[in-house]
Amino acid sequence: MLCENCGKRPATVHYTQIINGVKTEMHLCEVCAKQKGSIEFDAPFSVTNFLAGILEPAFGTQVLKPSFEVALTCKGCGMTFDEFRRAGRFGCAMCYSSFSEKLYPIFRRIHGNTKHVGKIPTKMGEDIAIKREIDRLKIELNVAIKNEEYEKAARIRDKIRELEKKLSRE
Amino acid sequence: MNDIVVTSRIRLARNLSDVPFTIKMNDYDASNVIDRVRDVILKNKQYHFDFFEIKKLPLIKRQVLIEKHLISPALASSKIKSAVAIDQNENISIMINEEDHLRIQVLYRGQEIQKAWEDANRIDDFLEQHLPYAYDETWGYLTSCPTNVGTGLRASFMLHLPALTLLGYMKGIIDTITKLGIAVRGFYGEGSEAAGNLYQISNQITLGQPEEDIIANVVSITNQIIEQEQQARLRLLSENRAFVEDKVYRAYGILKYARNISSNEALKLISDVRMGISMGIIKETTIDKLDVLLNLIQPAIIQDYFGREMTPEERDIKRAELIRKILE
Ligand SMILES: [Zn+2]
Ligand SMILES: [Zn+2]
Repeated sequence: MLCENCGKRPATVHYTQIINGVKTEMHLCEVCAKQKGSIEFDAPFSVTNFLAGILEPAFGTQVLKPSFEVALTCKGCGMTFDEFRRAGRFGCAMCYSSFSEKLYPIFRRIHGNTKHVGKIPTKMGEDIAIKREIDRLKIELNVAIKNEEYEKAARIRDKIRELEKKLSRE
Repeated sequence: MNDIVVTSRIRLARNLSDVPFTIKMNDYDASNVIDRVRDVILKNKQYHFDFFEIKKLPLIKRQVLIEKHLISPALASSKIKSAVAIDQNENISIMINEEDHLRIQVLYRGQEIQKAWEDANRIDDFLEQHLPYAYDETWGYLTSCPTNVGTGLRASFMLHLPALTLLGYMKGIIDTITKLGIAVRGFYGEGSEAAGNLYQISNQITLGQPEEDIIANVVSITNQIIEQEQQARLRLLSENRAFVEDKVYRAYGILKYARNISSNEALKLISDVRMGISMGIIKETTIDKLDVLLNLIQPAIIQDYFGREMTPEERDIKRAELIRKILE
């Protein structure tokens, strides 16, 4: 049997992978097998893949659920929720939105509260005001269009664009 | 009797939104934060800041900064690149890459929490103009630890409570105020015991209350503790005057004549004499001098004062000498 990849050298490494319950076999030469990457090469029968392949059709969601828990990871820094729980520290500002739902009970336990009512940074305060103004203008724009007041609508649209430009400059 | 409040301190925890927090930082991130903050701080014309990279400071100098409460032990021993900006009067320090990217701290002697808050707030406003803060409309200032989220504010007082300690009331008081959301710590902060009858009390809740309310709450509880300490002192005087007089004069005598004294012993004696002055028993010296000593007797500061490194034995001799000189 010749290598499936290069078709030149004889296939000496027989590689089996189970993805989503589908078994794929590959027959490679030593050179191509090494190029495939050491991880795959070292673990041709990956235990997790194997288990997932077997369990998935039988238990469906039950298997998916815990793997979803494991997958709760911050898009910003890669910290998992479990890691956060162990360290008691966030990895970056985005962890807050990534773990958002799970934080309410934690904050309530620590502070008895889940809403900041203190200082608003000046720059951020401007942004918040601009965002609110844009939301208000968008409603006005819809009303103007409905009433077929196109000149007015154009003016409002320009104003929105101007404010959006101001926001993106920050 | 305002001398029960030794110092007032405000601390604000802040982070940048575009750099991982310190737990996830690499060397590049750490230098990036330091460089950007340094550039901004040097732009400030209102205060004059000196800037120090912690790893470039000799160990003894770091210890001096800890003893002066200008940096935390955590910053001094930080594994990642960290720095501190200190204003010329040594009231303000901005720690960089401690638990949070920024820790703005203002510390004054006496009851000056309002002044400390105004300074901290002003510096915060200034930094925020030039740096992208991690802030969320719902959760406020985003901090590394969930216990600081919201205002990122810690308002604290260092209180001298010798009479309450002597009469055994402190445990009860600590139990009560802990339930009111106030934390109690020793002289050097977290985990340290109340050496010299000095207790640091501060707010624990940072989310869901405006800064002014948080400060007002700590002030109100502090005022109640002050009142209790005053009553405890009056009780000591009326019921045990002879005992108190003997205790404070013995302490004064040892401080004034000792030739060899450890920092721990000195701290205990200074505490007694301080109470004695406040009670009107000792008139030979002043609270101000004792507060100077409170700082000077510490192991690193004393070496810094004499401008050279000393063995512990040598320090104990020099410490006694210095105390005698100041009490003269
Ligand atoms: Zn091949
Ligand atoms: Zn993160």
